[in-house]
Parts: sequence; C-alpha cells; structure tokens
Amino acid sequence: MAETGNHDAFVEFKRVQKSYDGEILVVKDLNLSLPRGEFLTMLGPSGSGKTTCLMMLAGFETATHGEILLGGTSINNIPPHKRGIGMVFQNYALFPHMTVAENLSFPLEVRKLGKSEREAKVKRALDMVQMGEFGGRRPAQLSGGQQQRIALARALVFEPELVLMDEPLGALDKQLREHMQFEITRLAHELGITTVYVTHDQTEALTMSDRVAVFDDGRIQQLAPPDQLYEEPENSFVAQFIGENNTLEGVVTSISGDTCVIKLDNGDEIDAKPINVSKVGERTKVSIRPERVEFNKDRLNPKAHTLKAKVIEFIYMGDIFRFRLSVAGNDDFVVKTRNAPDAIKLQAGQDIEIGWLPQDCRALDA
Amino acid sequence: MSDATQPDTAKAGPVLAADGTPLKRSLARSLRVQKMRAMALIAPLLIFVLVSFIIPIGSMLFRSVENGMVEQTLPLTVVELQAWDASTGELPDEPLYAAFVADMVIAIDAKRHTRLGTRMNYEKTGMSSLFRKSGRQIKKLDPATDGPFKDQLIEIDKKWGEHETWSVIKTHSVAITNGYFLNAIDMQRTPDGAQAQPEDKRILITLFKRTLIMSMIITCSCIALAYPAAWLLANLPARSANMLMILVLLPFWTSLLVRTSAWKVMLQQQGVINDVLVWLGMVSDASRLVLINNQTGTIIAMTHILLPFMILPMYSVMRTIQPTYLRAAKSMGATNWTAFWRVYFPLSVPGIGAGSILVFILSIGYYITPEIVGGTKGVFISNRIAYHISSSLNWGLAAALGTILLAVVLILYWAYDKIVGIDNVKLG
Repeated sequence: MAETGNHDAFVEFKRVQKSYDGEILVVKDLNLSLPRGEFLTMLGPSGSGKTTCLMMLAGFETATHGEILLGGTSINNIPPHKRGIGMVFQNYALFPHMTVAENLSFPLEVRKLGKSEREAKVKRALDMVQMGEFGGRRPAQLSGGQQQRIALARALVFEPELVLMDEPLGALDKQLREHMQFEITRLAHELGITTVYVTHDQTEALTMSDRVAVFDDGRIQQLAPPDQLYEEPENSFVAQFIGENNTLEGVVTSISGDTCVIKLDNGDEIDAKPINVSKVGERTKVSIRPERVEFNKDRLNPKAHTLKAKVIEFIYMGDIFRFRLSVAGNDDFVVKTRNAPDAIKLQAGQDIEIGWLPQDCRALDA
Repeated sequence: MSDATQPDTAKAGPVLAADGTPLKRSLARSLRVQKMRAMALIAPLLIFVLVSFIIPIGSMLFRSVENGMVEQTLPLTVVELQAWDASTGELPDEPLYAAFVADMVIAIDAKRHTRLGTRMNYEKTGMSSLFRKSGRQIKKLDPATDGPFKDQLIEIDKKWGEHETWSVIKTHSVAITNGYFLNAIDMQRTPDGAQAQPEDKRILITLFKRTLIMSMIITCSCIALAYPAAWLLANLPARSANMLMILVLLPFWTSLLVRTSAWKVMLQQQGVINDVLVWLGMVSDASRLVLINNQTGTIIAMTHILLPFMILPMYSVMRTIQPTYLRAAKSMGATNWTAFWRVYFPLSVPGIGAGSILVFILSIGYYITPEIVGGTKGVFISNRIAYHISSSLNWGLAAALGTILLAVVLILYWAYDKIVGIDNVKLG
C-alpha cells in the first residue's frame, strides 16, 4: 500500500509518526502518496488518526517523526500560511464579521492581489458554486448548505493545487449531503485539484473518492479504490467498517490455491478465498457481503458447501428485501435481495439452505 | 364571517378561535395567568428598585433645579422684589424693607433665617453671617409699629443698604432655578443673566475634564492589560484557565479600601516600588518618583481595581471565538498577525466594547480610590460631589453635578451605540 519513492507523487507522507503526549502514538508509521489530481479520502472511526494526518498536512500539527512532501519538497518546517493549501473546515469557519464576498476576498487580499482582479476571482468562485447573488450576505444569513458552498468557494478561490476537507458535510441533512457530495467531486475533477478528504461516513467515501485510505489505530488498514475496498477487503476491520458485512468464525482445515475450506465453530464447513490465512489450523473470520449470499435453490452451486439457515426476520425496504437469518450460531446474518418480480419472499421461521461463490467469501484475520 | 367558527385565514378580518372569539383575545386570556405569575415574581424586585433607585434619582434630578427656600422663607419680600427694578441701580423702597422685616420676624421665630443665610452664602460670601447677625437685631422689631424700617436695617448692618445684597436675593428668589447648573459649569446666575465665575472660583469644568480624560486613560490601560490576559484565559485548557480565573477574581474578595491602602504603601516615595527602583539603581535616592497623591497614583490604583471588569466581558466573548477561524485564516495565507488583526480582533471587539463601557462608567463616578491616592491633583468630580453633600451641604450643586455626570454617561452611551452598536456588546 505504500508507494515510497514514487516520482509522480504530489503529496507524500514518509514514515510519519505523531504523538501528543509522548506516550501514545496517534499516527503510527504512515506512508502514503498521492498523484496530482487525485481525490483521496481518509476514512476511519473517530480517534483513528485521520484528522491528525490532515492537520499535519495543513501545518497545524507538526509530525513527531518522518517527513511530509508537497510537490517533491519537504514542508515540515513551512508554516501553514506559506503552504498554499486550501482547506474546508467541519463547521465551515466562515468569518462571521465579513460578508460572503469579503470572506472570499480574504485569501486574495493577503496575497496582495489588485482590487479588480480580486473582484473577478471572487465572482468566478461564487458562480462556480452557484452562489453568485449572495456576495453581500453575512454567513449567518445563509443556510447550512449555502455556507458549505461558500466555504468550498473560499478554499478554491486562490486556486490552490491541493485542497483539504475535514468532514465538510457532517452538519448537513442527508439529501443536501448527497447533493454536495456530487458537487464537490464534480468541482474537484473539473478544476483538476488534488483533494484529501476526511470523513467517517463510508458512503461518502465510496461515492466520492478515487481512492480511499481506511484508518484504524493510527495506521492505514487498506488503501484502494472504492470498488476494490468494498469487494476485496484485506482484513476484518475493513470488511466490517465498509458496508454491511456478515462474519462467521472458524478454523482453516485445508488450503489449495485460491480456495480453502473453513470449519465453522458449530462444525459446518464452507468454501472461502484465503486472504489473510496461510496455514491449516489457523483461526479466521470469514466475511461475506449480504447481497452475495444465494438462497435460491436453483442457483446454488451443487458442488459447493452450503449451510442450513433459519429465517428470523423479514424487513421490507422498498427497493430491496432484507432478511435476518440464524446461520451457524450467528443470529445477525443478513441477506439482501432486489425487489424483482420473481424475488422470493422468505417467511420468518422458514428453514432454508444458503450458499455463495467461494471468491465472494473471504477468509480474513481473526 | 359571522357564522364562521373555524379560523379562516383566507377571508379578511381577524382569525377566530373555535368559539368565535378573536384568536388574539383568546390567546391573551390564556396567557394572562402566566403573565400575572411572572409579574408577582418580579414585583418585590420592581418595588425595591423603584424605592431605592428610581425615586432617589428622580429626587436628585429635581433637587438640582429646586429652589423654593427664598420664596417660602420670605414670601412678602419676594412679591415686593418682583416690583423692584434692580437695573436702575437704586435701592428698593420702604415697602420692601417692611415686607422683609415682617417675613424675617416669622422666620426668626421658626429659626429658618440661618438656613436661608447658608443658602444665600453659596451665591455670595458673607450672606450667612449677615443673616445670623441681623437676625438678633430684627428679632426685637415689631413689624406693625416700629416702621419705617429702611434706615433701621441699614443701621443694623450697612449691607442692607447695598444694592448687591438685594439683587442677589432677587436673582435667587425664583422657585425653579438654573443657578446650580450654572455653578456646576463654573458660571453664576446674576441679575444680568448667566456669567462666568471669577477666575479663582473656576474649578468644576477642570474637574469634569480631568475626570473624563483620566477615565479614558484608565479604560485604555485596562484594555491593554486585560486583552492578553483574557486571551490566555480563553485559550488555556480548562484546568489552568480556572486557576487563572480565580486569580482574576481574587481582588473581588478583598475590601476595596484595603486594596487602595495597599497601593498607598506601594506607591509612596518611601514605598516598595521606589525602594526597589533605587536599589536597582534606576532612580537616584534624591529623585524618588512621585507616584502617589497625584494623577499617576489614581490611574495606577484604579486600573488595578477595575481590571476584572475588563477581563471578564472580554473573556466571555473570546471564549466563543472558535480557534478554527484562525486556522482558516492561516490556511488561506494569512500570517499570524494578519489572522489576528483581520479575524480575531474584530470578533473580540464586542468584548472590548462591553468592558470599556463598564470600566469607563465605573471610573467616571469613582470616589474612594481618588480620595485616598489622588491628593489634590488626582481627584475626580465625584469627590467634589461628595464634598458638597457632606461638607458644604450645598445639595443643589451636588445634584446638578450628579445630573451632568449622568447626562455625560448617557451621551457617551448613545455615541457608543451609534458607532459600535449596543447589540454588539456581550457581557456573557
């Protein structure tokens, strides 16, 4: 996952560590590199070190060890105001005593741009986020979504090559958030800026990013494009954290090439793809996505191992059906199916048989 | 609309409640009990404030123009004085003297003539003794039989034969006077209208100016000292901030008099500060600094005493300024100074404003500290007011001075509202 020595890297973290108190490392040995124009999301639970990484990049925190490079030069000793990095804050941090236009003009003023040039850039930035008519308003007179657009415009108005966003959509309601996700990605790609985006919302990470870095415990657990992250999680944490996931625990009984057989704790056997297991007898957590579980008898692979299951609950969600099953002692085994004309509606209490393709079932670390 | 029982906003006319009464009236009725309860809760305070604050201030305002004493003590004389034209330069005629004796006999009986003398003495020195001494002689006269009185009175004291004596009485015989206010601004009421006081009696304008200028200096030095302290308080972690806050509040737990006296110990020429400076060799023993009984002393001591009133409002405003504002400014390329000056400082102005109003208004009326450490050069107008209330007993002048002080504060408050906006002020 670390691409050290990458000459195309625009932003690079080299063996970066961070500790606040000299006892606990908040960021442990971080290696990360971004090519120009990439939209990278740092995703993780709170306290995983993602925001600290962002703040180190912005210059508000100093790395305890290691080096951060921007465009090939070390920025460890460059103060934040000389880094030229645009930043969108969680609560927008729009200056309440200035109008929207003055807010946008601020970064241009400190760069000593002429008045006409400033006005032109402010206008262009406001038009870019469809807020052209709001230049004279105060931030307090705007709705949350509008403030968010202004914060975005303010971070972009001085045309930085790198923009950092710290959970910028956290305060918005769902519908607005989805809309803004689209807006932000559109702008980032149109302007060709490199973006580092921090969030704890995995949907946001999956829909917006070119690549996602999943943080936990001060380390990047997996760095991959969204589809790969979802379909091919490299460890149990990522499998659990991204999307909905079913976990079964057991012991590896045989490995041959890219399939292995797992003996579950209740004695049943299943086929899986070995990812984090290497030898027979190792404990493992097996991960299967709910939509990859098959319970239509006609489609089950006769050669593969199947499991007996009991339907506990049927949840109607409109576009999909969701079933909660009891499988091998796990009462939270979830299965999803599309609400198609031929969809099977299972009833609570029904006994069924389930199975899956071995490559969809990943044997990960215990 | 008459048969409408449902509120119908589409039609014109007031919205009706379910029973047909206008909704507004129905709402008012349902809220009445709540309002009554609220009123009952604030009633004790309201009455207390009325009795202890509004009424005394009203009475003070009235006292600054009220001047019924001459008319009450010498009713007949005042009528005669109306007829007398002082501008001719001639003495009044016999009827006035007769009226005066008649009035005085009654006044002397009631022992009111000395009070009138004291009152007239504010306007012209010597009047007090004139009334007291003449009183003893006039007492023996009978207004009905012993006339004519003009020559007899001049015989008793030749001042009764002076034109000025009578013109002073006439000038101040009106029931509502501007005399106190004229005095308060170093002028006097004369038969020829308002005129400046003689040079040696002009002191109050100087005192007003000094009070204003020194209050401004004190306010400014409070701002300068309080700003960094408040910033530190607002930005430290809660534990250390609480500790610091206790230090800020500590002076409130000590008597004002003790603190001021402590400054006397510190500042005097043989005091701690001078000793240290001499010991350090920064000041020669022969030329010790004069830090007390002058304006410097008053400014130092009052800045110290009023400092918490500046720190607290500043702190409460600064606490609400999010640190991300500064980060945002820096991320956009602002240096530390620019970020402070363009972003933090403007956001902290409401705190400065609130603190300044508080400190300025408190210091403009401060009394004890200037009295103790101010000497003669460092006293404020309030010390003069206190003098007139407790020593010279010229309450009218004290009231006029107080009224002017009140007006100055209100004008400044108004000006502040125009410039900064009073809704920008936050006290917590």
